Amino acid sequence: MTHTRPSVREAPTGASRGRAAPRRSRTSRRTDALAGYLFVAPQVLGVLVFVIVPVGLAMWYSLNEWNVFTGDLDFVGGDNYTAALNDPQLPGVLGATALFSGGVVVFNIALGLALAVMLNRRFRGVALFRTLFFSPVVVSVVAWTLVWGFLLQDNGGVNGVLAMVGIDGPNWLQNGPTAMASVTFTQVVRSVGINMVLFLAALQGVPKELYEAARVDGASSRRIFTGITLPLISPTLLLTAIITIVGALQSFAQIAVLTGGGPGLSTTVLVFYVFQQTFGFNDIGYGSTLALMLLTFVMLLTVVQWQLRRKWVTYED
Amino acid sequence: MRTARKLVSALALGTVALAAGCGGQSDPDDVALRMSVWTSNEDQLALFNTIADAYKATHPEITSITFESLPFAEYNTTLTTQIAGGNAPDLAWMGDLSADLIDAGALVPLTEPLKATADWGYDDLLPSATAEFSHDGNLYAYPFSNSPFALYVNTDLLDDAGQKLPAQPTWDDISSIGAAVHAKTGKGGFVINDFAYSSWNTLATVWTGFGASAWNADGTQCGFTSPEMTAAFEFIHRAAFVDESMPGPGITADFFAGDAAFAVAQVSRAGLLDGSFAYDVQPLPQGPAGTYSVIGQAGMGVLKSSDHTEAATGFLAFLTNPENAAKLAQYFPPPRTSLLSGDALAANNTKFSPEQLQAVVVDQIADAVTLPNHTSPAEIAQKAKTELDAMWNPDADVPAVLTSVCAAIDPLLAE
Repeated sequence: MTHTRPSVREAPTGASRGRAAPRRSRTSRRTDALAGYLFVAPQVLGVLVFVIVPVGLAMWYSLNEWNVFTGDLDFVGGDNYTAALNDPQLPGVLGATALFSGGVVVFNIALGLALAVMLNRRFRGVALFRTLFFSPVVVSVVAWTLVWGFLLQDNGGVNGVLAMVGIDGPNWLQNGPTAMASVTFTQVVRSVGINMVLFLAALQGVPKELYEAARVDGASSRRIFTGITLPLISPTLLLTAIITIVGALQSFAQIAVLTGGGPGLSTTVLVFYVFQQTFGFNDIGYGSTLALMLLTFVMLLTVVQWQLRRKWVTYED
Repeated sequence: MRTARKLVSALALGTVALAAGCGGQSDPDDVALRMSVWTSNEDQLALFNTIADAYKATHPEITSITFESLPFAEYNTTLTTQIAGGNAPDLAWMGDLSADLIDAGALVPLTEPLKATADWGYDDLLPSATAEFSHDGNLYAYPFSNSPFALYVNTDLLDDAGQKLPAQPTWDDISSIGAAVHAKTGKGGFVINDFAYSSWNTLATVWTGFGASAWNADGTQCGFTSPEMTAAFEFIHRAAFVDESMPGPGITADFFAGDAAFAVAQVSRAGLLDGSFAYDVQPLPQGPAGTYSVIGQAGMGVLKSSDHTEAATGFLAFLTNPENAAKLAQYFPPPRTSLLSGDALAANNTKFSPEQLQAVVVDQIADAVTLPNHTSPAEIAQKAKTELDAMWNPDADVPAVLTSVCAAIDPLLAE
């Protein structure tokens, strides 16, 4: 499939070529430059104060041992990095992080796409269903998680409903696999609405003529989906994959409120572990080391996905 | 480029100006004191403010005394963050953070200034109350609240189940009656308040009766593998998973809402009793090691990082003098022998009779042990919890789990 786009930049006309553009005064250029600086200043300041400086400080703290009670800062070089390599809990934490993030990404994108395809039709009540699936997105994370915390108790609402149909439900938050399934489920249900809306917008941007042509050619629904829909919404797939992975790696409140990282370390994801080390145990040096590790993971995953887009994003401006 | 340089210079100047503005030098004639507390009870705060106003009236150099209420759940984290950020209060309430603060030398020693304060009555303090906040013979925080754990009884539920509580019940009695209540009414048997299969330190209210302790007296050796601790955890495990006398993990049963026959909770929780059911309160049940008592404590101390340690220490001495300690005693069981009597406590307590208060408060404090406390409390709590999570399933190997607890916290105890 080839696409031709008109060139954005028009060739200069003969009339404009024949006349020299009026020279702008130095004062005018300075005013423009100052206006430019002022326009970008809020963004630059924001990035500087809330990203660059904190990351720089985290790098410095990771090389130090900070006694928060006395204010003593002792330079320990790479000791915190060595501690991370020898931390017996870290492999379990990274495993939980991979399981949680992987689960959230797979189910969030699959469910978001499925919902978008289902709701990309005209039928009675479609607006109601779209609102229904999107509404958890606007609910406070803590409130959402607290409610699910009650529902997932052994004598809570979920098991109550299961009991009505003769199923003896598990003690969801008290054993590792079901606790991980519970935090993944609550995160997916809460955030799937965003992906659904993004996919819905992408689906509505696919030209109808392509579907009509495919149907005239006798293509099956599955062939149309894999041959037309998926390639044309692949830029949105890339976008949702990136924001879902980054969002999953940053999920903190769900874990803190629902399971507290337990039972054992089964739901202790890296960002929660960073919080525990830094603010719970007051080990700011080691917490900063782990935070930098998380930052590196997020950046690497984003770069890898960005590079992979050349292979699987087939329709990109 | 030149404009950019100017902008950067302006930013730098602004930052310096801001820092200078925030810094400020301490003025001995303009002392503003700030005390971090975890109560948000309006009556309690009103009492603190009244005492503060009285102190300011005689100390014109003190321009303000502010009581800053921080949420209890995040109290330690918030206080620590304030200290780390150079925004520490002058005075602070403290619970299990006290060991870290004392160990780091972050608190002002109080013994000398309190003894030097006229009519303060240092010898009136109970040694069992001051032990937790002392180091090398010096007191670092005044133990203003010494709330014993007691056994609350929902006598309505016991009557419904046709159960009668012996005069001096043992833990086996409690478990047996609790199981009977659960079987008959569907309500919970006994609950350890605030435990929720997470805050394991509250189980000291049980294991102390078995003669166990989380670690030895100087906090260097783990006590979870002792035969006494094993017996205690086998009792708790059996109660949760075999006898069903204790609500299992993931099952909520609020005693104060009438959902359980017994609760082990601090006497200070009596305010939650709303009269919706008939109740009694008793000292903790006897364990295999006999009778015992456990208290939860809170102290107030002066932070060394304060710009006004002398003024803050002076105010602390005033706030805790015999007259004001008597006022505070209406909310917090006091550490002063002279204030500890059932009648005195009953004057401000509408929930319990003088006899009950004598039995569950006055008679308990002198020989009480405190909940486990150690330096790095949050890390020890978390490491032990991570291991103890394996305990809370029906097939748990109790001794093996307790061995893993010691393996997890031994390095921290050795520090």
